[in-house]
Amino acid sequence: MIKERMISMFTAIFGSFEAGIIYAIMALGVYLSFRILDFPDLTVDGSFVTGAAISAVMIANGTDPFLATIMALFAGFAAGCLTGLLHTFGKINNLLSGILMMIALYSINLRIMGRSNIPLLNTDTAFTKISGFFEKTGIDSFFNNILSMVGLGDSLPETWGILLFMIIVTFVIKFLTDLFLRTEIGLAVRATGDNKRMIRSLSANTNLLVVFGLGLSNALVAFSGALIAQQGGFADVGMGIGMIVIGLASVIIGEALFGTKTIARTTLAVIGGSIIYRIVVTLALRVDFLDPGDMKLITALIVIIALTAPKIIEGSKEKKRKARRKSERRNIIKANTSAKGDNHATLK
Amino acid sequence: MLHLNEIHKIFNEGTPDEKIAIDHVNLNLQPGDFVTVIGSNGAGKSTLMNIISGVLTPDVGEVQINGKNVTNMSEYKRSKMIGRVFQDPMAGTAPSMTIEENLAMAYSRNKMRTLRQGVTKKRRDYFREVLESLHLGLENRLSAKVGLLSGGERQALSLLMATFTEPSILLLDEHTAALDPSRAELITNLTREIVDKYKLTTLMVTHNMQQAIDLGNRLIMMDKGQIILEVSEENKKQLTIESLLTEFKRIRGEHMASDRAILS
Repeated sequence: MIKERMISMFTAIFGSFEAGIIYAIMALGVYLSFRILDFPDLTVDGSFVTGAAISAVMIANGTDPFLATIMALFAGFAAGCLTGLLHTFGKINNLLSGILMMIALYSINLRIMGRSNIPLLNTDTAFTKISGFFEKTGIDSFFNNILSMVGLGDSLPETWGILLFMIIVTFVIKFLTDLFLRTEIGLAVRATGDNKRMIRSLSANTNLLVVFGLGLSNALVAFSGALIAQQGGFADVGMGIGMIVIGLASVIIGEALFGTKTIARTTLAVIGGSIIYRIVVTLALRVDFLDPGDMKLITALIVIIALTAPKIIEGSKEKKRKARRKSERRNIIKANTSAKGDNHATLK
Repeated sequence: MLHLNEIHKIFNEGTPDEKIAIDHVNLNLQPGDFVTVIGSNGAGKSTLMNIISGVLTPDVGEVQINGKNVTNMSEYKRSKMIGRVFQDPMAGTAPSMTIEENLAMAYSRNKMRTLRQGVTKKRRDYFREVLESLHLGLENRLSAKVGLLSGGERQALSLLMATFTEPSILLLDEHTAALDPSRAELITNLTREIVDKYKLTTLMVTHNMQQAIDLGNRLIMMDKGQIILEVSEENKKQLTIESLLTEFKRIRGEHMASDRAILS
């Protein structure tokens, strides 16, 4: 009984890791807009699907899956730029520009796909190619042997290829992001989110930087969408609903748990946050009375807890500190009065 | 260097709140001029600064920098030639970025921003060198976040960032007004040193009459959107607060309105 539970637990956590590392790319995109540009960009809900739709249509039509995934990247970039243009040149409020773009993309995604769902089963995706390649290397059987030795032989994952490949891809993107944010343009993008007036007085075109930054952010989101479609074996027009909240959850959880001291540390934290978010959701869904439809509710609750818990904890610490100081002072006063032997009025 | 020709600006035109902010102002700055601008609240000093820097465009008139008409040039393009320090010490720096990153952004002000690393070893050495001129020990805290610095330190850094690329024009908009007296004095002295070192053409707005008299080689007084008094280099040396106030009374037939300007 215990062994069975352990096995199913392992399978669930393995799946969480695999999905988490792919969604981490989306979370990095959200980090770029939400934290770096200080722009809560709801385009994400639409551009994630755009990436999935473009890659699914192209793959279904026989295009090389890697090429299709790259095309998703460009489509996302275009979508993000449009949101940026709405905000900067259209002077529309940032939340509203994102919402408008998200709604517009819903129809555009339907147009791209031609119908609301494209299955990718029995088609060659980037991941079937990767896992095929991995089978030949023998890495799969190496890891599975280790698992069998620790007694998890009945829950061997089909392939380790996706996980290992995605760890490499996600970390390459992470390092490129870190590198970019330290370039002259990257510094200007960061300053745009930090102090627009200042960077404008240093001769930077903040409008262009916002457009470009949102483009990059949504390129990553769409890239992640394309990979999720291939991993899950379908693209669906509704698969992006609530994606921004998942991205925010990853960013906020990651930052809270792993810290934000430097940019490199924070991007690593965001990746960690994405994986932990997946694990939390998977574990939550294993509770008997919850079903998959509750996932969005769980997500919202996680974000609410991640946003409020630090303040509550800080508040209670503060209270304890004050109480301690008060009692210390009381003791000192008590000691003083008893030393003098006077009968001062006692402090309550 | 800087040439303002018949600048006119009205706010809320055609409404009951209509206000003439700048009333046909002419001003000429020669290279190396350091002009201090005084005047009571609402005299149009900040509007004038905003028109020069491109935050606002004049309704009528022309702004020329280095003989080039920049009246309709956008703020960010113009700021290649203009260094600015704001009144608010928080406004001139990016708090979540480090000292060296802030300097790197200022360093690329008059260059094309590319995908090169913002902070290289060579630049870091240079930043350390220019930071030493502030005498605040910031050269040892290059990778500290600017948000951790005090108001005075941030303002000193802003001043350095505005000047070390040697812009054609330096605009100082009451940049010591938000600091305590000792910090204000520090920034005033730094301003004198830096402007002198780079021979910058400078326009400084201030509420502090003594500061306006002490700094710079020319002084102008503004009231109700007009320049009502121009003190040339020779006369400025004999200038006192009393003589300025008498002069104001003689021109306007009334006392200077702002207590703040008199007391400070």
